[in-house]
Amino acid sequence: MSNATEAEYEVAHGRPKAFYENFERKDELQHQTHYCPGCGHGIVHKMLAQAIDELGIQNRTILISPVGCSVFAYYYFDVGNVQGAHGRAPAVATAVKRSQPQSIVIGYQGDGDLAAIGSAEILHAANRGENITVIFVNNAIYSMTGGQVAPTTLLGQRSTTTPNGRSAANEGYPLHVSELLATLEAPVYIERVGLGDNRQVAQAQHAVRRAVENQVRGLGFSLVEVLSPCPTIWKMSPVEAQHWVREVMEKTFPLGAFRDRTKDAPAKAAPPAAPALEDISRILGVADEGAVEEIDAEAKGAVDLQVRVAGFGGQGVLLLGEVLAEAGLHAGLQVSWLPSYGPEMRSGTSNCHVRLAREPIDSPLVVHPDVLVAMNEPSLHKFCASVPPGGWILYNGETVPAECERKDLHILARPFTHVADELGDGRAGNMVILGALLEATPILPQASVDAALGQLVKNPRWLALDERALARGRELLRESLQGVCHDG
Amino acid sequence: MRRQLMKGNEAIVKSAILSGCRGFYGYPITPASEITEAAAQYLPQVGGVFLQAESEVAAINMLYGAAAAGVRVMTASSGPGISLMQEGISYMAGAELPCVIADITRGGPGLGNIAAEQGDYHQVVKGGGHGNYRTLVLAPHSVQEMADLTALAFDLADRYRNPVVVLADGFIGQMMEPVEFPQTATEPRLPKWAVAGTEESRGNLISSIYLEPDKLEAHVRQLEAKYYIAQQREARAEEWRTEGAEVVLVGYGIVARILKAVAAEALAEGLKVGVLRPVTLYPFPTLQFQKLAERVRVFVVVEMSNGQMLEDVRLALNGARPVEFLSRVGGNVPSHGEVLELVRKLARQTLPARQPEEECVGHV
Amino acid sequence: MTDAGKRDRGLLRVDQDECKGCGLCIEACPPHVIQMMERLNHYGYRTAVYAGAGCTGCGICFMVCPEPGAITVLRLTNRPAGRFDSEAEGAKRCAGN
Ligand SMILES: Cc1ncc(C[n+]2csc(CCOP(=O)(O)OP(=O)(O)O)c2C)c(N)n1
Ligand code: SF4
Ligand code: SF4
Ligand code: SF4
Repeated sequence: MSNATEAEYEVAHGRPKAFYENFERKDELQHQTHYCPGCGHGIVHKMLAQAIDELGIQNRTILISPVGCSVFAYYYFDVGNVQGAHGRAPAVATAVKRSQPQSIVIGYQGDGDLAAIGSAEILHAANRGENITVIFVNNAIYSMTGGQVAPTTLLGQRSTTTPNGRSAANEGYPLHVSELLATLEAPVYIERVGLGDNRQVAQAQHAVRRAVENQVRGLGFSLVEVLSPCPTIWKMSPVEAQHWVREVMEKTFPLGAFRDRTKDAPAKAAPPAAPALEDISRILGVADEGAVEEIDAEAKGAVDLQVRVAGFGGQGVLLLGEVLAEAGLHAGLQVSWLPSYGPEMRSGTSNCHVRLAREPIDSPLVVHPDVLVAMNEPSLHKFCASVPPGGWILYNGETVPAECERKDLHILARPFTHVADELGDGRAGNMVILGALLEATPILPQASVDAALGQLVKNPRWLALDERALARGRELLRESLQGVCHDG
Repeated sequence: MRRQLMKGNEAIVKSAILSGCRGFYGYPITPASEITEAAAQYLPQVGGVFLQAESEVAAINMLYGAAAAGVRVMTASSGPGISLMQEGISYMAGAELPCVIADITRGGPGLGNIAAEQGDYHQVVKGGGHGNYRTLVLAPHSVQEMADLTALAFDLADRYRNPVVVLADGFIGQMMEPVEFPQTATEPRLPKWAVAGTEESRGNLISSIYLEPDKLEAHVRQLEAKYYIAQQREARAEEWRTEGAEVVLVGYGIVARILKAVAAEALAEGLKVGVLRPVTLYPFPTLQFQKLAERVRVFVVVEMSNGQMLEDVRLALNGARPVEFLSRVGGNVPSHGEVLELVRKLARQTLPARQPEEECVGHV
Repeated sequence: MTDAGKRDRGLLRVDQDECKGCGLCIEACPPHVIQMMERLNHYGYRTAVYAGAGCTGCGICFMVCPEPGAITVLRLTNRPAGRFDSEAEGAKRCAGN
């Protein structure tokens, strides 16, 4: 053909720009794909590249390639490329899209990848309505690994792991992914197309383009399932394989759109703008401004107070400890607060360890408490022996059982809950005990206790009650001391 | 700076956000759920993404995607959840993607229980996934360290382009201690290798596949070189009252706190006892062990596992000194008393004055 | 081109290095103007080749071809022969690889 004649023609259909000119990531044959002659993957690649070109989104596109014969899709597509683990492309795509909402994220998966190992990821990405596009190449077999059965393998179809053909009894029925996903509320567009003849190919190209365009328009989740020939594993010529798609595969997997809300789906709202960097510490509540001023405890002497609070859930055990720890912090001390944790938490017991010290605290676990707060009898039984001589036991009960009687330490046994009842609410019993504790171990200034309470108890009615409870507790302890003959 | 009383699990999330973390993808599991819950509360407020994934498998692959897209990203899990993530962690190490994984351990194997154990050491420190890779592992033992080591974890993850694990136990996660945070948040920045959906990043590829043996070998050697540098630069350990110590207690996480209390009591009794606490579990602080071995008589490893870190201590010492081992598992915590008893026994053996007496006893 | 006055609407180019000889284009072409060459290319494939006349420029062969650049379909412009504007020049370069 002479140049003069050729010049009268212009390219109408040529290599899409979204493909690299040379496939430099391949070692050899840098102008050919690695696919077998007649492989559907190549055809689908071309449709996708064509759509990217037509929509003018090459710079924004990020392709997630799967594990399967199309693992090397990134050899060909001149777009951002991420190669993901087997079956996980929808999870990867989800996070890529949410991280870079302006990008156009296309997940590309085979039927083993999507419908077997990755069935959870595709289901949930679809159900969340992720604004991504999924191209699902269904060739009814595991090709890359040499032809094992796939969830989409047809009944009776032979594979290396169904040598006598797939049987419903053993492998179940071919999985209809498009129909399945179309039962979900969120997806915008789900269509099954084929590569079985010219008409099907034209429809497939149209569908691929729409699935991508939906994302550009911000509509949401779109998936195109492509019935795709694998001549090699099917042991057919490319043309036979194409016919098989149309004449056999299509009978199990009917073509058509199973969901199409492209017309009425609203575009997804853009994510809210991020706050200024300077505002972050305030948003997290860790900014210096607004902090409660710590006081410098006037007493500089050694402090090492170890407290164990034990009782049942609902008795305010943890809060008691927390107020104590907060007050210690306010008073400029080192503090630790450790809630009961693990097996101890079972059967409704509640329990915490609190330490206040001048020096850094070695272990937050309190083994020998200077003060044991026992909110009930089982707790008293469990821990009364752990208190060292000279320590305190504050017991929420009338009388200490004989087994727990000890002469070498101080015991204050009162029905603190009833005391609190008289003040207005039995639930403030924990604060009555805390008052007694503060009085017994005079380390913390009242200002620190007030500050801690103000920080932890926001309801003014409760705050007032807790303050009265604390005062009452202090009184109870003082009264008890008056009756005691101090030795030494 | 403002000191605040805060749970370790909350400190992790706040520190992460201050360090520029803008993505959290996780799946609930006790005792790590509080981290996930705090992330759900704060990440959307700072323009970040929080998503509860359908499984840990999905979560780690979401980390893969977010990291590939150039975002500082993290997750939190425990025991079985970390097991499920291993394939994804291997992919991230292979594709050289940074991320931070908080592992708040629980008891195993199997469903085990939700109490604190240190049985995740092998699967985290030795790289529980397939292939020749490592994760860097940091082991906080206080709430302040939950914050500080999380910040360090993000830096290391970016510097080495590798997953970094913050390995803690339920105690450190649950307890409240005063914590201070930096007041200036780190600006999240886009790495130049990221696939960000822009013209500049169009040529970028995130992948871990190297079909040619020679290429994969070169890739593995390059990863190895990174790990070698990390071994030289990042190994950390805290020595606590080791001057003059004859017996050195070794432990990490909550165990290290107990060991400090035991050592304090032993010292008060006049026994020569100190604590060596690995802060990085990988790279393991081998050098610190070897240096101490020159002047210490015996090491005592205390672990809430059946001897997972013990192996690394033995490797580090390479027979230079005897290593005693005290193990509790199942959620039981080594008690102050049982450790102290062992320490007394060992320390007595070191006292020269006692030796004839013991020999005497031996001859009777 | 049989008659300079009645040129075909389309023109097909098959890149002999890229074609893998799958035959899908031959099967797809409505006017059956693509054939399989007897000769093997240097990778050992028989490759598709344009029969030389009758292409309508429909582009179907392009869409069914699995190889990115094996097929290029050109279409007749309305410009008279012999004028080398830049567009036609580009098309020629593109088609002649
Ligand atoms: C976790 C894991 N399990 C198994 C494999 C092996 N594997 C690679 S590809 C594949 C099946 C691919 O089949 P499909 O998704 O249908 O893609 P096709 O090759 O047919 O295009 C399998 C099982 C793997 N890479 N990773
Ligand atoms: S094995 Fe099948 S799916 Fe894989 S490249 Fe060959 S034809 Fe395509
Ligand atoms: S463009 Fe149409 S007519 Fe021309 S060769 Fe291709 S299929 Fe045949
Ligand atoms: S479809 Fe493409 S690869 Fe197949 S024979 Fe035709 S030109 Fe060659």
